[in-house]
Amino acid sequence: MTAKTLSPVIDKEQIALLEQLSNACGILSDVGEVRKIVLEKIQPYCDSVKVDALGNILATRKAQQPGALRVMLAAHMDEVGFMVVESEEGGLFKLVTVGGIDVRYLPGKPVLVGKDHVPGVIGAKPIHLMKSDEMQTAMDLDGLRLDVGPDGGDKVKPGDHVYFATRFQQVGSSLVGKALDDRIGVVTLATLLQYAPANIELLAAFTTQEEIGLRGARVAAYGFDPDLAIVLDSTPAHDYPSYDGSENRYFNTRLDAGPAIYVADTGTISDPRLLQHLFRVAVENGIPYQIRQPGPGGTDAGSIHKQRSGIPSVSISVPGRYAHSPVMVSRLSDWRNSLTLVHTALTTLPQDILQRA
Amino acid sequence: MKELIRSLVETTGPSGYETQVRELVQNSIAGLVDEVKVDALGNLIARKGKLKDGGKRVMLSAHMDEIGLIATFVDDNGFIRFTANGGVFPVYLLGSRVRFLNGVEGVIGTENNNLRDQSPAMDKCFIDVGAKDRQGCPVSVGDMAVFIRPYLDLGDRLVSKALDDRVGVAILVEALKQLQDTPNELYFVFSTQEEVGTRGAITAAYAVDPELGIALDVTKTGDTPKCDKMEVALGKGPTVKVRDSGMLSDPRVVRWMRKTAEKAGIPYQLEVLEAGSTDARSIQVTRSGVPVGVISIPCRYVHSPSEMVDYQDVVNSVKLLAALLSERIVLEQQ
Repeated sequence: MTAKTLSPVIDKEQIALLEQLSNACGILSDVGEVRKIVLEKIQPYCDSVKVDALGNILATRKAQQPGALRVMLAAHMDEVGFMVVESEEGGLFKLVTVGGIDVRYLPGKPVLVGKDHVPGVIGAKPIHLMKSDEMQTAMDLDGLRLDVGPDGGDKVKPGDHVYFATRFQQVGSSLVGKALDDRIGVVTLATLLQYAPANIELLAAFTTQEEIGLRGARVAAYGFDPDLAIVLDSTPAHDYPSYDGSENRYFNTRLDAGPAIYVADTGTISDPRLLQHLFRVAVENGIPYQIRQPGPGGTDAGSIHKQRSGIPSVSISVPGRYAHSPVMVSRLSDWRNSLTLVHTALTTLPQDILQRA
Repeated sequence: MKELIRSLVETTGPSGYETQVRELVQNSIAGLVDEVKVDALGNLIARKGKLKDGGKRVMLSAHMDEIGLIATFVDDNGFIRFTANGGVFPVYLLGSRVRFLNGVEGVIGTENNNLRDQSPAMDKCFIDVGAKDRQGCPVSVGDMAVFIRPYLDLGDRLVSKALDDRVGVAILVEALKQLQDTPNELYFVFSTQEEVGTRGAITAAYAVDPELGIALDVTKTGDTPKCDKMEVALGKGPTVKVRDSGMLSDPRVVRWMRKTAEKAGIPYQLEVLEAGSTDARSIQVTRSGVPVGVISIPCRYVHSPSEMVDYQDVVNSVKLLAALLSERIVLEQQ
């Protein structure tokens, strides 16, 4: 007997949760703000919830049938940001990046510092004073300062964490925020817990330290020891025209082309059996999808699949332009199709998917 | 044994897609082992023997996967752009032919086709499968390919793509045939995804939980004109690895291997490899740590479509492995 499963949707409630989460701040394992919101949201739907030693949330929802596959779903709670490393006079501080950030994005960006979200800016020499040769080269991080002013200076100290200050916006079908990578996956995962498929045991990991080396997922997967894993992440859409008008071969993914399914990236070769299932589900249900261009980058799957005696894994991302910048832009359609694809793939997951001929 | 090597190198098995190789190995070892299983990452793990008389639980590992390419983009005219699946050197790309898993074959070309004396960057190269446009191209983004080139038997020397590490696979299979009674519990692991970061060996070693690990893989040589200095040559026997860029062999294992080779009169060379590693690096740091060593087969033109090994080195590798495994293993300190 299988229990009826309701289909989840992305609607006002999910977008409001994404807004709340994208505006929340959290890097490394210091994701308390994010975790609090997630815990509050998922508690009512889970059979067990715990926070592990690295700060991952490990939540489970039991299957409603015996012998069900144990499926780990992972989305990371941490975002990219900075750390204060050195204090100078007058409320100026030196920074280092935490996670992959293109320093050319930084001059003139508003940021928030520490638990109290002390406002500041990343300052640079103004155009008035620039020499012509300086205009030709990007400033490196050593030439930039966090400026919180003399009054903010007392509230900031080396070791504090720094976050982009962008507020979330919905602009029609577009979503704009500083931390859509990967709060969009976090909301998808929370929603899947709420509408958990009855045929699987759902092991949800909201992970930490993804942006600095897939570290939280490593211990989360060891802890869960699942039969298989699906990672829900965000990936760059580099889908704008080339600067020289040539055909853009390095698109990675495109907006409005559907969820991006990973065949291979730096850290993982996806399990072919899981890939075939996803492709079949997408085609049979008319869900658009794209294959993320194989190449650089990675997700929590890079850690998960190597744990214990091996965990077949695959990743699915919502594409977003301007990744790891203060303003990532994703589309509602891609998010909705990602949720539908994953939910349908789970409800139709063949019991014998991992059996080899 | 040459026939086994030939059938192995002619099989397609890019990292992550080793099924065809695994099936061939499974058929080759049927009846020679006591238990066989395939783990979540596709490693074939075959057990021979049960612990007795002070024997050890030993993991042997040779990888089934080979380097290859992944399609990343198909343009309007049906040309396929690609990236590497494993350590592919751009210098070997031009004029090479490849075969995709679906059987489609093609040739590699490059932009600026008047270049005669420069190695092109990989992102300037493309695969031409004879398609006339994107719609007519039988290859999709994400499809995997391997290099193809006819197997060549030059008598003492064998030439092929994927000798790295099908020759190691063949040595394990052949050793299984020669091994009679052993006090050791031997796990013959035919591993996956070595070329993308010795990944299969990580999970196989976790499952086997061995007391000793040995990888069988190819290594570079220093015996071709004006090459980098290296004290390894074709035809002087298998090597006992001392160090590579991923691990230090356990000195006790090195000593045991040398002693065994000397006692059995098998020629061997000592090896220090400056760049590159093997499954042993993953095995070594599994759980609470595993003593490891490596037997390497000297190989010229590693990671090219025409790798070359010496057949006597292969035969001697089998002999050395059989000698090592058939008796009680004692790892001695100095």
